[in-house]
Amino acid sequence: MNSEPSPLFALISTFALLSLLAVGGANAAVPEMHRIAVDVHHWMTETQFADAFAISQLSPGPNVLIVTLIGYAVAGVAGALGATVAMCVPTAVLAYVVSRRLSRSGASRWPAVIQTALVPLSIGLMAASGLIVAQAADRNWHAVLLTVIVAVLAAATRLNPLWLLLAGAVLGFAGLI
Amino acid sequence: MPSPSPSAAAATPAPLDPVPPGLIALFAAFAKISLSGFGGVLVFARRAIVEEHRWMSAEEFSETYALCHFLPGPNIVNLSVVFGSRFRGIAGGVAAFAGLVGPPMALVIALAALYAHFGEVDALRRSLAGVSCAAAGLLISAVFRMMMPLVRRRAVLLLLVMVAVFVAIGLLRLPLPWVLLIAAPISIAISYAQKRGTA
Repeated sequence: MNSEPSPLFALISTFALLSLLAVGGANAAVPEMHRIAVDVHHWMTETQFADAFAISQLSPGPNVLIVTLIGYAVAGVAGALGATVAMCVPTAVLAYVVSRRLSRSGASRWPAVIQTALVPLSIGLMAASGLIVAQAADRNWHAVLLTVIVAVLAAATRLNPLWLLLAGAVLGFAGLI
Repeated sequence: MPSPSPSAAAATPAPLDPVPPGLIALFAAFAKISLSGFGGVLVFARRAIVEEHRWMSAEEFSETYALCHFLPGPNIVNLSVVFGSRFRGIAGGVAAFAGLVGPPMALVIALAALYAHFGEVDALRRSLAGVSCAAAGLLISAVFRMMMPLVRRRAVLLLLVMVAVFVAIGLLRLPLPWVLLIAAPISIAISYAQKRGTA
């Protein structure tokens, strides 16, 4: 037996808790994932984390799949499955219970106050995600410039984000980043 | 695409499918939604559920999504469970969830295995570095898009909460539970006071 607690257990308990704290969805939880995976447990390097985020954004499917990649880095396929299920199930059960209760009581109006209150929290968390991914990814001024250009293009046009990601891949492959 | 006569279309919306979807249909629909969802699954979910299968009206879909957005966790995962269980109980929720997460997760695990083997290959390193820079840019643009309504409303206090959360999480790297424990009540209090002020 290992003297350290099993990494799989740490993985599952971490993401099960994060599932219920992920205000604003998976991308808003990226800073906490980074803190836990890179700073606290040293499961991944800064670069591996940035790569995991890149791969999850390139792949089809929900953004939550970055958790699959973190899990795989920690404990292979078992880690990937465990982390993904842990990140999804607690909040899924909560959503199921709440939606049942609402449809039974017939009250489908949400307390608008709480909804308004969550907006700035989500945006602040997303902004922190942007900073953390940028810090992990942008290692020179070319890279910073690419981040800024993509941010402006994505804000000003309706280009599919996938094209911007692929443009990043091409520029990187060409050795310009 | 805009309908040629939007008022007529709104007056007589296409009837919803009277037959509730079965478990296999739920799994297949969400697998398709998920695998076509590059850079945001929501658009594809709305298209499949409201337009293609006619399982929900547009209003029902928006209401369901609002609930799932309000709850913590991955929104679209919540949506699949709430949607599936509405038609087929817990089994339906599980089927829709498995369709949404299973196939792309298998793909991502395969990519993770490839990355574990070839992650040090220089060409891949360079390409992924480029993708991460672009992905950071996408996050930043999303932040500005989400922020604009608050700026337009001049919701100064809520913007301050936003900045405080950004500083606490992004710069000071404080643990999320503590930050939420402090910021959420403050934000709720501000929203409540503003609601009363405008009412």
